[in-house]
Amino acid sequence: MSEDLKAAVAAGVVGSQESFRELLQSVVEVARAIFGAEASSIFLLDEQSDELVFEAIAGQGAEKLLGQRFPSSTGIAGWVLVTRQPLVIEDVTEDPRFAKDVAEQTGYVPKGLMAAPLLHDERALGVLEVLDRPQRSQFSLVEMDLLGLFANQAAIALDLLQRARRAESMLAESGEGAEVVARLAATVDSLEDEQRAAGLKLLGAVEEVLRRDEGG
Amino acid sequence: MAQPEESAPQELRPAWSLPAGAAEGLALAVEWPGEVTRDWAWGGSTGKGVTVCILDSGVDEAHPLVGGVQRAVVASVGPDDEVIVEDDTEGDLCGHGTACAGIVRSLAPDCELVSVRVLGAGFTGSGGVLLAGLRWAVEQGFDVVNMSLSTTKKQFAGILHELTDKAYFQRTVLVASAHNMPVESYPWRFSSVISVGSHEEPDPLTFFYNPDPPVEFFARGVDVEVAWAGGARIRCTGNSFATPHMSGLCALVLGKHPELTPFQLKSVLFLTSTNVGGAR
Repeated sequence: MSEDLKAAVAAGVVGSQESFRELLQSVVEVARAIFGAEASSIFLLDEQSDELVFEAIAGQGAEKLLGQRFPSSTGIAGWVLVTRQPLVIEDVTEDPRFAKDVAEQTGYVPKGLMAAPLLHDERALGVLEVLDRPQRSQFSLVEMDLLGLFANQAAIALDLLQRARRAESMLAESGEGAEVVARLAATVDSLEDEQRAAGLKLLGAVEEVLRRDEGG
Repeated sequence: MAQPEESAPQELRPAWSLPAGAAEGLALAVEWPGEVTRDWAWGGSTGKGVTVCILDSGVDEAHPLVGGVQRAVVASVGPDDEVIVEDDTEGDLCGHGTACAGIVRSLAPDCELVSVRVLGAGFTGSGGVLLAGLRWAVEQGFDVVNMSLSTTKKQFAGILHELTDKAYFQRTVLVASAHNMPVESYPWRFSSVISVGSHEEPDPLTFFYNPDPPVEFFARGVDVEVAWAGGARIRCTGNSFATPHMSGLCALVLGKHPELTPFQLKSVLFLTSTNVGGAR
């Protein structure tokens, strides 16, 4: 099977970008709720342009920020991404440069932030941030572990989103034939056991006829 | 370094064995006491004479809590994979390197600090830059290298392992942040480095030995007031702030006992840990 057709089949069965975007959105919504925070966001690393992109946001400034980009290895998110280390900062507005940069980019300057890298296998896919959780007397390592758990979930969702995007873009490039195969694969995949077996049998027969024509 | 005498043929003196009668030559440079206490380990030391390298985002050397750096460089990788190290005038691109430098300075006020910036050239290729920076730091023979960072790329694991072993044998102590997420990352997992996680106690001299590695020590890493870029002071949490606490302690011990090997230094840290003999 050609790479295009493989991608087409994959795009058919893997699912759409939309469902994974919803999953990412739900991760930031839950993270925000659990930490009682003002906002939470996920940045995806765009490897082509080497930038971090706002991919999902819960809370303040969501509409304005989605899709915004910034350098991948500077600032706090960049540090977290490159070093693979989570970080919690309580009073980041003390850093005048941070406050200015963030205000220019987002219009919202958090006072405190928690940031964790999104790691999947060997890859660093992005960064999860939780902004302005309520101030307590002291931060606890239990919260750090909780942040790590959310980051893990977000990384899985981000990985799926990237796969779906790759498959869909290959599909878009590969023309009408591959699209039909993708639709067919998605349809067969959605059938119940018995129907699915019948569907696969029918496709097997179609394949045999096509091969005969090819041979003739 | 001592050269072998011409009258002693190499084949009769195997490099990795101890010939008969040579045991006397193994006398330790340090008079090891019956009981290793904190007072013996670093009492009276200010870290003077020890160079601590901060491999991070750069250092804001004008920050009052940093108190100046001896040298600041930026590492990169050239088109033919060559390591390029140039003087750095960018300062700190995040704030984290400044935080680490300030923590080390707070414990070892008279140590020398060197900043090696390995951030800022983009995420792509950052693993290679990290390696380049570490390689350069090891080649310089710094006493302590603080690494509040790690990589998850398996392709770098082998080279990093070689580098950390090289450092260990040449008496450069690498202090590296452990990962508190369920992923494989390096170099903190290697036994030739001192790996550090966080505890929640507020005392900068409280540190624990962990009998259940790979993380070997826990140091102060929660709600730490640190120096930050732009002259700021902020409160931070993370293993990356526990790590410079151990680096500072290493500088204190080496300031008093410069002859210690990394193995001996680690033993001193074990014996003076809060949960071992630290109260004495």
